[in-house]
Parts: sequence; C-alpha cells; structure tokens
Amino acid sequence: MDMPAPNPALLALKPKLVERLLKVLPRDAVIDDEAETRAYECDALTAYRCPPLVAVLPSTTQEVSDVLRICHDMGVPVVPRGSGTSLAGGALPTADSVILGVARMNDVLETDYANRLIRVQTGRTNLSVTGAVEADGFFYAPDPSSQLACAIAGNIAMNSGGAHCLKYGVTTNNLLGVTLVQMDGTVVEIGGGYMDAGGLDLLGVICGSEGQLGVVTEATLRILPKPEGARPVLIGYDSNEVAGQCVSDIIKAGVLPVAIEFMDRPCIRATEAFAKAGYPDCEALLIIEVEGSEAEIDDQLARIVEIANRHNPVELRESKSADESARIWLGRKSAFGAMGQINDYMCLDGTIPVSQLPYVLRRIGEMSQQYGLGVGNVFHAGDGNMHPLILFDANKLGDLELCEAFGADILKLCVEVGGCLTGEHGVGIEKRDLMIDQFSAIDMDAQMAVKDVFDPKWLLNPAKVFPLETSAARRAAAE
Amino acid sequence: MKPDSETELARMVTEADGSLGITGGGTRAIGVCDAVALSIAGLSGVTLHEPGSLTLVAQAGTPVAEIEAALAAEGQRLAFEVPDMRGLLGREGVSTIGGVVAANASGPRRVQGGACRDFLLGVRFVDGMGRIVSNGGRVMKNVTGYDLVKLMAGSHGTLGVLTEVSFKVLPVPETTVTLACSGLDAAGAVAAMSAALGTPYDVNGAAFHDGTTWLRIEGFAPSVAYRSAVLAKDLARFGAWFEVSDPWAGIRDVAAFQGGASDVWRVSLKPSDAPGLLDKANAEDALLDWGGGLVWLRTKPGGDLRVALGDLQGHATLVRAAGDTHKALGTFQPEPAPLVALTRGLRAKFDPRGILNPGRMG
Repeated sequence: MDMPAPNPALLALKPKLVERLLKVLPRDAVIDDEAETRAYECDALTAYRCPPLVAVLPSTTQEVSDVLRICHDMGVPVVPRGSGTSLAGGALPTADSVILGVARMNDVLETDYANRLIRVQTGRTNLSVTGAVEADGFFYAPDPSSQLACAIAGNIAMNSGGAHCLKYGVTTNNLLGVTLVQMDGTVVEIGGGYMDAGGLDLLGVICGSEGQLGVVTEATLRILPKPEGARPVLIGYDSNEVAGQCVSDIIKAGVLPVAIEFMDRPCIRATEAFAKAGYPDCEALLIIEVEGSEAEIDDQLARIVEIANRHNPVELRESKSADESARIWLGRKSAFGAMGQINDYMCLDGTIPVSQLPYVLRRIGEMSQQYGLGVGNVFHAGDGNMHPLILFDANKLGDLELCEAFGADILKLCVEVGGCLTGEHGVGIEKRDLMIDQFSAIDMDAQMAVKDVFDPKWLLNPAKVFPLETSAARRAAAE
Repeated sequence: MKPDSETELARMVTEADGSLGITGGGTRAIGVCDAVALSIAGLSGVTLHEPGSLTLVAQAGTPVAEIEAALAAEGQRLAFEVPDMRGLLGREGVSTIGGVVAANASGPRRVQGGACRDFLLGVRFVDGMGRIVSNGGRVMKNVTGYDLVKLMAGSHGTLGVLTEVSFKVLPVPETTVTLACSGLDAAGAVAAMSAALGTPYDVNGAAFHDGTTWLRIEGFAPSVAYRSAVLAKDLARFGAWFEVSDPWAGIRDVAAFQGGASDVWRVSLKPSDAPGLLDKANAEDALLDWGGGLVWLRTKPGGDLRVALGDLQGHATLVRAAGDTHKALGTFQPEPAPLVALTRGLRAKFDPRGILNPGRMG
C-alpha cells in the first residue's frame, strides 16, 4: 500500500507548529516527543504504521477549531482519530500530519427522554452512550463489535453498523445532528433534536465521509426504548446453499429478526476449539435473534423454527433462558479471537445481495484452495454483509501480500455480484486502490467534488478513500 | 422535454442552453421555478425486485402506484409511507418514485422506521454537466465512498436529475391496530405520544389533530393484540384509548388541509417544542405527526410563520401559498451563513452552469 512521501518542508515546520499549538492547547495536550507519538502510529489495521509529526488531544470544540485553523494556515494535513479501532486504516497518520484525537472529549451534554435523544461529545465510546441511558430503559442502537472501545467520532466517520442493524439501521439512520469543525476552523451546526435537518442532507454525506470533510466534535443521537427481551435460536445446516435459502425464506415471511448471523465450517471449528460453545460440527450455522415480550419471542421463534425445519436442519436449538442465549452467542462473539488463535488474520467487509450468498461462499472456498490460505466466514447474513477472515502468517515473507491479493479478489467478487467493497468498516487505505473496481472515474469525481467544497486544500485525512492516482491532480492543485 | 433513456437525458442536459425545471409527475414540487420542463416520466419501469433480499430497483420515472403494486404482489411495501400531495397542493398527475426521492417524502412511519432517505440504497443521476453518476448500490449495508445517496434524497433536483433509485423494502405486517384518545390538548397529546414512543411496544405512528391522538401498532396478530392492550393500560393516565379505523392515509396526505386558500406550513422541530409553537403561531388549524416532531399548520395567507418559530431548533417549509408569498418569504427556511456556503459550493460543483431547478431550495 503506497502512501505519499512526506513533505520535507512540512517536517521542517515541526518546531514552529508545536510552538503555535502550545499557544492554544495545554502542554499535556500536545504530544511531540518521538517516543510518545509512536502511540498514534497505527489503528487496528496494524500491518501499516507511521508515527505522526505531532498528536494533539483537544478538550473543547474551540480547541479543535484553533488547532485546525493553525494547521490550515500552515498547510499541515490533519488525521482525525476517535479511539483508533479502524480495521481499514482510517486513522493511519502520514509522517507529515497532525493526529487530532478526540478522546478527551467524552462528556454527555444532554439526555432528553421525551424527545428520545442524547447529545454527546464524540470521544465518548459507543457502549458508554448506551451506558448513560440504559438505567432509564433506553439504548443507542448501532453496535459495532468494537463497541467497548470505539468512539462515536469514528462511528460517524465510518457510518458504523453492527450485528443488530438489520432492525435498527446503521449510524446514519440514528444520527440527528452534529457540530462539525471545518478544516479552516469554521464551526457549523447541522441538524439537532429534530428528525430531518433542513436544506440539503449534509448530515447524510458527512456521516461515512471517513473524517475527510471535517471533525465532528458533538453529536445528537437517537436513542430507543430497550426491548422487553431478546432470545436467539441456533440452526445448523449441512450446506451453505440451504442456510442461505433459509435466511431468504425467513425474511420473505415477514419476520424481522434483530440479527441473523452466519458462520461457516472453518469458523465453527475454530470457535468450538477456542470457546467450547457446544456448536454442532456442520457446514453452516445460523444464529437468529428476535425481540419482544416472552410471548412475542415464543411466537416469532415458532415461525422461524417452522421455516427452518422445512430445510432439514442438522441441529436446531431454541434458547429458553438467558443462560442458553449466552451460550449460543458465546461462539459467535469469540469468533474473531478464535481465528486469531490459529494465525494472523485479515478481516474483510464486503456486502453482497443476500441471494448471492451460496455462490459467493463457494467461490471463496475455491479461491482459498488456489491461494493456499485458509478462510473462515462469519457475517451478518440478513443484510448480506460478509466478514471473511483470511488466515496468514505475518512473519512469513510474502504472506501478507498474498493475503491482500486474496482479499482483493474476494472484494472484486462482491462487486461483481452486485455488492460493494465495504459494508461497515470503511475504505480507509485498505480498500482505497480497489475503488476503481466499484466506481467509474466520474462516480469518484462526484464524490471528490464534495471534498473540494468542505476541504478545498485537501488537508483532512490525506491519502485515504480515493486511489492516489485518482486524487493526484486535486491534491497537486490544492498545494 | 421528455427523454426516454438515461443517455438521451444526459445529452439533453449537456446540450441545454437554458434552465431546466426537473419534474416527475408534477404532484409534489413546492416553491417557484421558472424554467423549461424536463420530465423524467419517460424513464419508467421496475428494473429489479428480489423479495428474498428485500430489494427493489426502479427507474426514476416509474409511477409510485406501479411500484406499490409490484411490492404488494409479494406482500411487501415501501417502508416509509409515501405521502400523496395532490389533494393538498391541488395537483393532478401521477406521482413518480424519482419525485418522492427528490423530496425525501416520508409519511407517519418516519417517526419509528425512518424516512425515504433511510431506505434508499442507491441512485443514478445526471449532474448539471450531463455526466451520469452512480452512487450506493442495491445492498443494505454500504459505506464504500461518500454517501451521495443521502445527499441526493431531498435535494429537490438541484444537484442532478435522478434516473434510477434502489430501496430496501419491508414485508407488509400481518395486522395493524390504531388506538385513539379524545380530549387531549396539544401539550397533553405530545406528552402522551412521547410516553408511547418511549415504550418498547414499537409504536410506528403517533399523530394528533382536532382533539384526537392516534397511535399505531403493527406486526403479527398476537403481538399487536398484546402491545395495544398493554399500551392502553400504560397510557391510561392520559385518558381512555380505544381502537379506531385506520386514519393514517389522511394524516400522511394532510387531508384535513386540502382545499381552501390558506397557506400551509410544514415545521420540523423537537416534539416537546410543538405545543409552544402552536401557542405562538396563531394558526387556523394544526396537525401533529411524528409524535409532534412534524407540525403541519394552516395559516392566513401571506403571514410569516418563521417569526413564531423564533429561535426554536428546527425549520419551517412553506408548502402551499401564492407565488408572491413563496417569493417574499422563501419556500425553504434560510440557513446560517456557513451552511449556505457549503450548499452553494455543492450546487456549483454539481451544476456549474446553475441550470438545474434554479430558484428551488434558495
């Protein structure tokens, strides 16, 4: 993965930059020591590392604005960072950039149950947003699996999803308003406590823009009343095709589960060895969760079981208690860790039309043979968001490159069958060079035109999302 | 002008030597726009409907009725309840799906399920330079590149001419029940609706008009029976709740304000601010939807409701008025300077000649 060579003129500006930053931030919010900036050299895509020039940790929107104004003035690129959990390299610095971390901005500013919203500073973690309202019977719906650590800022940047978005939608469907600081320091308020922001849907395009249009410092989020209860059913099949058909039939029947998770045999075996959840040794496993009162759950599960039985499952286990539910979820929740026990892995995130599931799984299996790399599949089947985990050995020369080539082929396959490169992780640097497989030059030009408007100097989160060649002319013109 | 293919439309936009007024069926455009009409009605037809994937793709000029019929045949529907504005605006014609998207037109279910933009998975459009742009796709989760899908929804034809749209669709629920309570004033109704929407009983409609408050519950029959019973009990402090026949089409289409010469405003605000707005608005009549978050007001012609809105969070759109009133007050609420700069910047990028729907959206 190529990154632009650092600009020596910017590297030389470091002392002057630090001096100016210290005029607007306290000493402990400016990290310029080379040993300490290393803490910000990567996010969860750890294969790529590069310490930034400086890292700053502002505490207020005003401080964020001051920092951005200084960097804008000096022509220094800025990489916004939430908690650094991006799997796509969304928070990877360049050597000549400033990391702007929002981790110190984590207050709840307002909770409003009558209007069902919460306003928070965006350094707050996803799970602690729910934590702030759950005693009163509410929750924040998007639940990426990193929710214990990931920040709302990053969720907004990547339009994060999670296991339960089949019913509740992703971040963009639960975001009502933002305070956005533009690269030149301008602070704008978009939307708020009402359901549709006026004018053009700027909120919609800011969400998922990977920190390239501005830094979101505060967010108004929709909160929902917690369901009375939830219980899953576990269903095993001896073929991916049949499992895929079962998912499709359930959806068509009008049952709308909150989650439909799918694991294939390599993943089932790995998690079983690791977590001993008692999963059957079969080709495909579905975990389907429904919500409601006890009677409603029973009724919905009965409908699902009736459909599942039409397809002759090798195992069907309906949870009757919290304990059984926990056991059913145990394996799924430890799937990533289990695969990590076997080897290093790369987690992909393409989405496909649900109808293409069996074909895509078969092709991935064939490619796995060709590349000689193992792959396990665990994913959100209800919405077609796949998470193939490719196993490789980071210490073996050439294995990472081989794995990346395999991954690229899988993502191209997703696009080929009518899907997309990324369903919830974002493009970052990881999928940047594959964008040409999904979009025409004009499609990307229209997207880059939005960045031209919000960040005319192209300083925010450089070298991400768009292939370097595609954005070269714009970056050169902005300099 | 009425092209019958995307290519021809692109050519017409490229070759246009004046302003174009983009129109679908002409049933819901608001405000003033003096330009040569460019109709997308010739781009028609459902291109893909995959019930098992909950996906529908259609050309932008496809009549909404045709899409609803295709979905109904499979027991599905558009989840966001498309309002029919013909009665309110005094229009004839056939509403098209492109027009629905351009207006982000969303009915009562928006309060719980989401708006048109929340179910829109992908768009194709021709920008002001005549270039064909594709964004999003047909899958339910997609964060590949910037989300121009949302930007196009509700852009009222100012950034491009939609040619194709794709949606996540949902099954039609087995049963629908509406509970009503009489005698509450607006403040009481908003309190009752907020309480209802704060329960786990999946209320997906909450409206108030003329002393009646309505709540809607949908789903499988046993579940709907359970939830409506427990809801009526939980909300007994507001009054007695009883089952009534389905009022939602009328609420969706603002049937109460059809006809007459009064102005009609549509205000989006925090539900809890709605009663205060009504106190100040001096309106002839008010209809609350979305639990109070959407307020329809019928007012004397020519008055400026935005004065009453004051510094409350939200915005007021002038939906029905004389052309002079639209010109004097502006159809859409004026925005703060930094947002105006961003909006102008985007319009200049997508339509550098300023030929698409000039005058619309400010």
